Amino acid sequence: MVQYVDTRSVKTASPRDLSRDELAASLEWYGKMVLARRFEDEAEREFRRGKIGGYLHVYSGQEAVAAGFLSAIRPDDIFFTAYRDHAHAIFRGAAPGAVMAELFGKATGLAKGKGGSMHLFDVAHGFYGGYGIVGGHIPLATGAAYALRYQKTERICLCFLGDGAMNSGSFHEPANLAGLWGKQGLCPIVYIVENNQYAMGTPVERSSAVTNLAGRFSTYAIDNERADGMDFIEVRRLAERVVRRVRETGGSYAVELLTYRFAGHGAADLFQPYRTKEEIAQARSRDPITILEDRLRAAGALTDEQVKRVHADAERAVTEAVRFAEESPPPAPEELYKDVYGARDEDEKTGTRDRGNTGTR
Amino acid sequence: MAELTYRDALRSALIEEMDHDRRVVLIGEDIGVYQGTFRVTADLLKRYGPGRVIDTPISELGFVGAAIGMAMLGLRPVVEVMTWNFSLLAMDQIVNNAAKLRYFSGGQVNVPMVIRGPNGAGVQLSAQHSQSLEATYAHFPGLYVVAPATPAEAKGLLRTAIRSDDPVIFLENAALYGMKGEVPDSDFALPFGKAAVARSGRDVTVVAYSRMVFAALTAAEQLAAEGIEAEVINLRCLRPLDTATIVESVSRTHRAVVVQEQWKPFGAAAEIAMRIYEDAFDQLDAPVERVTGADVPMPYARTLEVRAVPHEADIVAAVKKTLGKD
Repeated sequence: MVQYVDTRSVKTASPRDLSRDELAASLEWYGKMVLARRFEDEAEREFRRGKIGGYLHVYSGQEAVAAGFLSAIRPDDIFFTAYRDHAHAIFRGAAPGAVMAELFGKATGLAKGKGGSMHLFDVAHGFYGGYGIVGGHIPLATGAAYALRYQKTERICLCFLGDGAMNSGSFHEPANLAGLWGKQGLCPIVYIVENNQYAMGTPVERSSAVTNLAGRFSTYAIDNERADGMDFIEVRRLAERVVRRVRETGGSYAVELLTYRFAGHGAADLFQPYRTKEEIAQARSRDPITILEDRLRAAGALTDEQVKRVHADAERAVTEAVRFAEESPPPAPEELYKDVYGARDEDEKTGTRDRGNTGTR
Repeated sequence: MAELTYRDALRSALIEEMDHDRRVVLIGEDIGVYQGTFRVTADLLKRYGPGRVIDTPISELGFVGAAIGMAMLGLRPVVEVMTWNFSLLAMDQIVNNAAKLRYFSGGQVNVPMVIRGPNGAGVQLSAQHSQSLEATYAHFPGLYVVAPATPAEAKGLLRTAIRSDDPVIFLENAALYGMKGEVPDSDFALPFGKAAVARSGRDVTVVAYSRMVFAALTAAEQLAAEGIEAEVINLRCLRPLDTATIVESVSRTHRAVVVQEQWKPFGAAAEIAMRIYEDAFDQLDAPVERVTGADVPMPYARTLEVRAVPHEADIVAAVKKTLGKD
């Protein structure tokens, strides 16, 4: 059995006092992290109840990564991620009900029930998707970053990716482009490697010849660093610094955040033969929600009463989300043929009036 | 009207669209400083600068995918693949992202992009550089597949492609780049899914696209000398397919031959023939014939390559077969 990398192994900054802004943000995001965790627990339950089909990949354990970065960007910034995307959507402001409805395959879902768990999109909030092919979204995010600079905006792009994605060609080719374009100030992107230590069931040291994943970006002239991904406050500090730099320079940057997936890879990963219960328990001893809770308590900013209220709020929001999803209608049958081609003269261009598209004569 | 080569017709469409729409950017290998392998983008770097004429590394997956991301953010990238063979390196990006993004996002994003470059065989480039991939791409919902035969079509369809809100697979042909033809001067665009009748005839309908249109026209000339009048339909687009024009013609001629350069199994001709059977079975006096490339990897030797691609004689023979004159 492979020894997992303790997420503290790269901890560098010592805790400093929280500024007033940080305190306010931390309290707000503590609530969002509790909500996301409760949402994921419920999603797993609903999957077991047969309410959710297909695959289900939950984010529990990794919350501080997305929360830290998404709390540090502007409302008009954009981001892409892979298929472990529920928390990203909720953090960015999507209604939990719309996320749950998407998982339930309902018309009120974020993507009208046509994408499912792996394809959450909330473009109005800058969320350009959830993608199901490992690494396949990295070129898109890179081109999107180029477009933001081409349009002469100060907006930036975040690209979340897993440790497993870094071994695919769809990582290396856009990374090289980002290095080339970034040198010219034309690619304001932050690659955020969520190193949860396993690509499905294969640990980093068995899938990557070089296990310092941040360092691999140096190959493409992309400055990078590695940090603890379990402490929201530290991730957010790092994110604010990195985001400011990328916004100012238009150059790309990469961060590897060490984290851990508490649940299985997907809903089908029941026995997890690639890791021990002891390892999971050890990792859970650094739960990002508990870490943030402890820090807020230590700062005298969080009472038992408040903690109880945050959990009760999350419970209520998730119960309401499930009710909304349950009661929402499925997509109308005519949705089947919508959104394949652009709205303009759809019929004429697509030949959807051909009987070939209906499968019947 | 001006007489332009197919290459210059494409180039003039790029220039006119880039002049009026700053969202249009070009991206590809050696399209700038080198001016394009087939010189379709000649001089455009100087006109528009490196921000809009983007030279890339040899990295199809990377730059096709990046162009999709640009399109999602509202640019209108025109990607040059040096040949369509290299697009296979970007297949996942084209099929799993470009074609499907609007659908799985529930209509939240468009992908207004064009991927263009030469498709097909005929210039002794052997097995890896001589493929005809139209049926492969026409298989996927969410893509348009366009294959212009003439300079006017090259310009008119490229215009429509650049203005489209959807990804367009734009198939040129290396053997056609130097061909000249009349091209309308004004703001000229051709709609997708509208075939042209390249020659009228009463005895048989010959359906073709891209370079094979000219083989079909030459065959029609030869047949005319023998008193057989072939109608030649130039499809222009494979997706959407103008079934109506084909069926209308077959309803008059009662016979059909479909010509394609690509391999026979599961090719475009099979689909077109089936559409004819579905919509005009009662009109047919003979089975639909297919003229296709040989079912082998493309050989290098000129003598073998010539045998591997369809010729006028093959079309003439197929037409005669439908007429019971073989």
